[in-house]
Amino acid sequence: SKTQSSLVGRVDSLLRGRTEIDEELLEDLEEVLITADLGMKTTQHLIQALETRLAAGRLTDPEQVRELLKAELKKILALESRPVDFSSASPFVMMVVGVNGVGKTTTIGKLANQLSRAGHKVVLGAGDTFRAAAAEQLEVWGKRAGVEVIRHAEGADPAAVAFDAAKAAVARKADILLLDTAGRLHTKVNLMEELKKVRRVLDREISGAPHEILLVLDATTGQNALTQARMFHEAVGLGGIALTKLDGTAKGGIVVAIAAELNVPVRYVGIGEKLDDLRPFDADMFVSALFERS
Amino acid sequence: MFDNLSDKLDAVFKKLRGHGRLTEKQIKETMREIRLVLLEADVNFRVVRDFVATVSDRAVGQDVLKSLTPAQQVIKIVREELARLMGDGEDNSLKLAAKPPVSLMLCGLQGAGKTTSCGKLALKLRRDKRNPLLVPADVYRPAAIEQLKTLGRQLGIEVFDSTINDKPVDICSRARRYAELNGFDTIIFDTAGRLHIDTELMGELKGIVQAVAPQEILFVADAMTGQDAVTVAASFNEQLPLTGVILTKMDGDARGGAALSIRAVTGKPVKLVGMGEKLDALEVFHADRMAQRILGMGDVLSLIEKA
Ligand SMILES: Nc1nc2c(ncn2[C@@H]2O[C@H](COP(=O)(O)OP(=O)(O)OP(=O)(O)O)[C@@H](O)[C@H]2O)c(=O)[nH]1
Ligand SMILES: Nc1nc2c(ncn2[C@@H]2O[C@H](COP(=O)(O)OP(=O)(O)OP(=O)(O)O)[C@@H](O)[C@H]2O)c(=O)[nH]1
Ligand SMILES: [Mg+2]
Ligand SMILES: [Mg+2]
Repeated sequence: SKTQSSLVGRVDSLLRGRTEIDEELLEDLEEVLITADLGMKTTQHLIQALETRLAAGRLTDPEQVRELLKAELKKILALESRPVDFSSASPFVMMVVGVNGVGKTTTIGKLANQLSRAGHKVVLGAGDTFRAAAAEQLEVWGKRAGVEVIRHAEGADPAAVAFDAAKAAVARKADILLLDTAGRLHTKVNLMEELKKVRRVLDREISGAPHEILLVLDATTGQNALTQARMFHEAVGLGGIALTKLDGTAKGGIVVAIAAELNVPVRYVGIGEKLDDLRPFDADMFVSALFERS
Repeated sequence: MFDNLSDKLDAVFKKLRGHGRLTEKQIKETMREIRLVLLEADVNFRVVRDFVATVSDRAVGQDVLKSLTPAQQVIKIVREELARLMGDGEDNSLKLAAKPPVSLMLCGLQGAGKTTSCGKLALKLRRDKRNPLLVPADVYRPAAIEQLKTLGRQLGIEVFDSTINDKPVDICSRARRYAELNGFDTIIFDTAGRLHIDTELMGELKGIVQAVAPQEILFVADAMTGQDAVTVAASFNEQLPLTGVILTKMDGDARGGAALSIRAVTGKPVKLVGMGEKLDALEVFHADRMAQRILGMGDVLSLIEKA
């Protein structure tokens, strides 16, 4: 995609035509890493790794720089694709959380479509009863994906929606329940408490539910995404991450720091607003896209 | 982590000693810390580089005020320069003086907070004794029209009737005529979220601008945006005659360095700040407060204020 090729292009033009590695190259690489939102810690870690090898004289060819960066990034990410095992429970309950406007509802719509196409019976729960027309939005997605949506009126208790959605999923013998939640900033204590309550209600109705809590992160978000991930993880325990809006020019590099610190896998990437614009996260592709020739 | 910037700087200066004037070495060490803080606050890499250069120039050879430590002295300069860059002292009010109906158009990336900000603006304008009409021109996002209609209902403010089968440019032209005929003095156009690299949809915005000639074209930006903020803002600004910025989701704990980046590349003032999901959570922007926030230092600065 364009996103990735622009960064690739930059790394390439940095490396192209250079026969040796100097301070200037390291500084330019630092810029590439920072502007991809990798954060200072990760960037410094990577640059240091390079410098160490440089000092030891083991790094003489700029081409090696690319390979080393890739290897280091993958190590930090400790990444292999870890898809959700939807067959591990029935109904399998996934609760989708995140700050405002990151793409929770859209991701649920896309996912519902994929799962339903794959032959699963899917039910959606409209757990966002706060934002104007949030349930109507989910209903449109439900229609597109051809799956049922359980909803209440605006202003209703989200825990009550969760309760009804869980009951409906069991009654309809659904394989999978995807529960939407209202966007909330991780700093709002009462709203984080509300999430815990929803989780408890689900567990009471379907033992072990939710089986996965998916945090949605917007690739345009900078360093704050790390705090978001920490706080949501602390509050409800995350099973995975969906990284949306990678079709823009942002790189979403902060997930490297998140994966390193929290060891939560990135499950999906969002690459547009259409029904088909959701892909499984592919670590090799993510890292390669940063550092390989297109 | 940043609340101890001044501690860190104090440590730097203790190590370096020195009284009377700031030495180049002191400044260099300090700038390294400042650079880190700004980058961690999501200020764009290049904006940081220029900024650090400016501040260093200003700081070299300056007398240290008796009441300040060298660290405080440098922070004082940093904060002044930051506030200046953020447009301190500049007029950032909405321009609504033209012959009514006056039009305001909101635009920006997906999920930035445009629709919510339209509702907030409508409420603010009504409180200023104006009579606003809300216009839903987002025919793409599921239930976007319904979202604005719901906000209108909550506020008791009329929302122009449109459907997803209409063309956004047509909706806006019709709404303008409707406003003229029905005594609305202000029109607020909500547009769909879009990527700056989506030429077709950016073209649509240009069409709306041509059709209704808005007095205010406000770029709505999420305060949590990272390094990409400059790319996006610069691109919107190139393609549209932006008049200002609304910075949303400032009720969180993001440092908001994006604000500085956007300001630096567009030169357009941040006019309003979104401080929550409720419709009255819209505030006037204060450059100095933003500078403090980016540096992550409330208390330290009030100390300096007293000095
Ligand atoms: N370009 C792009 N836009 C996306 C993507 N995912 C979601 N969006 C858009 O982002 C906007 C917000 O998406 P939503 O799904 O409503 O986000 P949300 O997290 O449910 O928002 P709240 O419920 O208000 O917190 C919409 O305009 C979506 O179409 C993506 O991968 N790429
Ligand atoms: N905490 C907080 N949330 C906000 C603020 N402004 C908007 N939101 C929330 O952000 C989410 C997205 O807001 P919208 O107004 O739908 O954003 P939009 O730009 O119209 O989105 P699209 O039309 O999909 O591009 C919603 O959940 C809003 O409630 C704010 O200042 N603070
Ligand atoms: Mg939603
Ligand atoms: Mg909208």
